[in-house]
Amino acid sequence: MGARSLKPHYDAVIIGCGMAGLAAGIRMAMYDRSVLIVESHNAPGGLNSFYALEGRKFDVGLHAVTNYVPPGAKGTPLVKLLRQLRLRREDLDLCPQRGSRIAFPGIDLAFDNGFARLGESVAEAFPAEIDGFRALRAHVAAFDPFDDTAPVVSAREVMGRYLRSPVLTDMLLCPILYYGSARENDIDFDQFVILWRSLFEEGFARPHEGVRVVIRALLKRFREAGGERKMKCGVRRLHTDGARVTAVELEDGLTVTADAVLSTAGARETEALWSATDQPAAPEPGRRLSFVETITVLDAQPADLGAEETIIFFNDSERFHYERPAAAVDPRSGVICFPNNYDYGERRLDEGFFRVTALADYDRWAALSPEAYRAEKDAWYPRLQESALRFVPGLDMDTVRAHTRYIDMFTPCTVKRFTRHIEGAVYGAPRKHRDGTTRFDNLFLAGTDQGFLGITGAMLSGISMANRHVLSRR
Amino acid sequence: MTKEECKQVVLEIIEEIAPDEDLEGLSHDVRLRDQLDLDSMDFLDIVMELRKKHGIEVPEEDYPKLASLDSCAEYLTPKFNAVKAGA
Ligand SMILES: Cc1cc2nc3c(=O)[nH]c(=O)nc-3n(C[C@H](O)[C@H](O)[C@H](O)COP(=O)(O)OP(=O)(O)OC[C@H]3O[C@@H](n4cnc5c(N)ncnc54)[C@H](O)[C@@H]3O)c2cc1C
Repeated sequence: MGARSLKPHYDAVIIGCGMAGLAAGIRMAMYDRSVLIVESHNAPGGLNSFYALEGRKFDVGLHAVTNYVPPGAKGTPLVKLLRQLRLRREDLDLCPQRGSRIAFPGIDLAFDNGFARLGESVAEAFPAEIDGFRALRAHVAAFDPFDDTAPVVSAREVMGRYLRSPVLTDMLLCPILYYGSARENDIDFDQFVILWRSLFEEGFARPHEGVRVVIRALLKRFREAGGERKMKCGVRRLHTDGARVTAVELEDGLTVTADAVLSTAGARETEALWSATDQPAAPEPGRRLSFVETITVLDAQPADLGAEETIIFFNDSERFHYERPAAAVDPRSGVICFPNNYDYGERRLDEGFFRVTALADYDRWAALSPEAYRAEKDAWYPRLQESALRFVPGLDMDTVRAHTRYIDMFTPCTVKRFTRHIEGAVYGAPRKHRDGTTRFDNLFLAGTDQGFLGITGAMLSGISMANRHVLSRR
Repeated sequence: MTKEECKQVVLEIIEEIAPDEDLEGLSHDVRLRDQLDLDSMDFLDIVMELRKKHGIEVPEEDYPKLASLDSCAEYLTPKFNAVKAGA
């Protein structure tokens, strides 16, 4: 697919045809750089791709496109992204959510696109905290998360200055950590600010046909701008002379040269492409996090069965544990998504979908034999469903069972297999490389380990790294 | 090229990179940033489009000269004319 015969030299080679790689590629190709995207998988999209099973279309990950703002809004990440990629809003078919909720034992915080509903929920559930909550929001509004020279600080520590209730702190962190923290039980404050805005101040949307709409729009722009792609063929090795990457060797044996190489594979994953050893140059702080997800296809619309919300972030314990579990799966907390519950206007999804995501331990899944792996999936699937359904009043296990047409489940091993991210980590390593530079003058990082996460974040990462390291240089 | 024509070229570029902005009734002597929602990424694109479409180079130290339509015209018109004369 894509390039039929490669040129011997490119202005830039991009490793990875996910959101970050495609967005970076569009920027470079738009301004007449010769650019080649190299992707090991046969499908584009990376961590947020799509697939078909028995004639049914599935999205790998997509719960929500974050950063949704209504038409006419100014200066937000979504608007910047559309401008930079010369996409029209209509190209992404963003349909807003119907309403979401954070559900902890005995307390619910409902929220919606735009901030108002969350503010009301907090005032109602935590009247003693409302002044601190407003002050925290003001601090978030005034903070510049894009100053990559500022020291990294803990979000919990900053929140502690404004909030006294550990429950409210955990409740606000629950969606933020699930939708973008590479660190256990906390997140860097600059990332917290980006995610707070993208989830709470802005909001959730989904294209009617899912993530393939976004990927198709990106592929079309990339092709029109003259970019080339080589799919189903990974980068095997980056050759260096100690200061620069001198050649890019592909898995089919071909070698190309490039003025710049931008990798979206991850920092350590990229290091492994040039390093002579398997040992990381520097020890890594913290453990990588991954997830399982169950996908249940229903023969009815979830709203008709009693589930009207879009996304529910749940936790059943006194404290919220966002950490690598001691078991294969931690069913105590998770994220429920009903992709049907977006406002698609006259349209709707033909079938019902019920998805549940929870933290999982890569090592346990990776150690299983194929039979044990299947058995483990069969065991965890109902347990996770049952755990999640405690937080969906109106929908119970018997109803779900009676309406189930098809099920699928992926694990950290699935993520690893399709994206090559170490330990199936969805948000990369805990330490980020915000300026995108590496020890080689012409090798740069974008996407996951640069630090902007999620679909919108990954695209903005690709854009900003392409601007900074390729387009601004002559 | 006249200064008015030069402003027209700049407006066409802004229209292309920021189609969501309303360009009616802009004051020519007021900073574009103060009238439109343009950030440093958008200014980079103005510079990149000038190079791509018109062969004009704007070195980074001169970016402040693109602040308003008047200052754009002042700075860019001679460059346009030099490119034309060279062609
Ligand atoms: C289950 C799940 C649900 C998610 N849900 C959401 C959601 O609802 N909303 C949201 O905003 N985000 C969501 N995300 C996160 C989002 O998908 C990612 O943050 C984003 O897609 C990352 O994009 P990227 O381009 O940085 O990285 P990737 O998508 O990982 O792209 C990297 C690419 O590089 C390729 N690659 C790796 N090594 C090589 C090599 N040696 N040679 C060639 N190619 C290589 C990989 O195959 C991959 O395609 C979800 C992720 C998962 C896994």
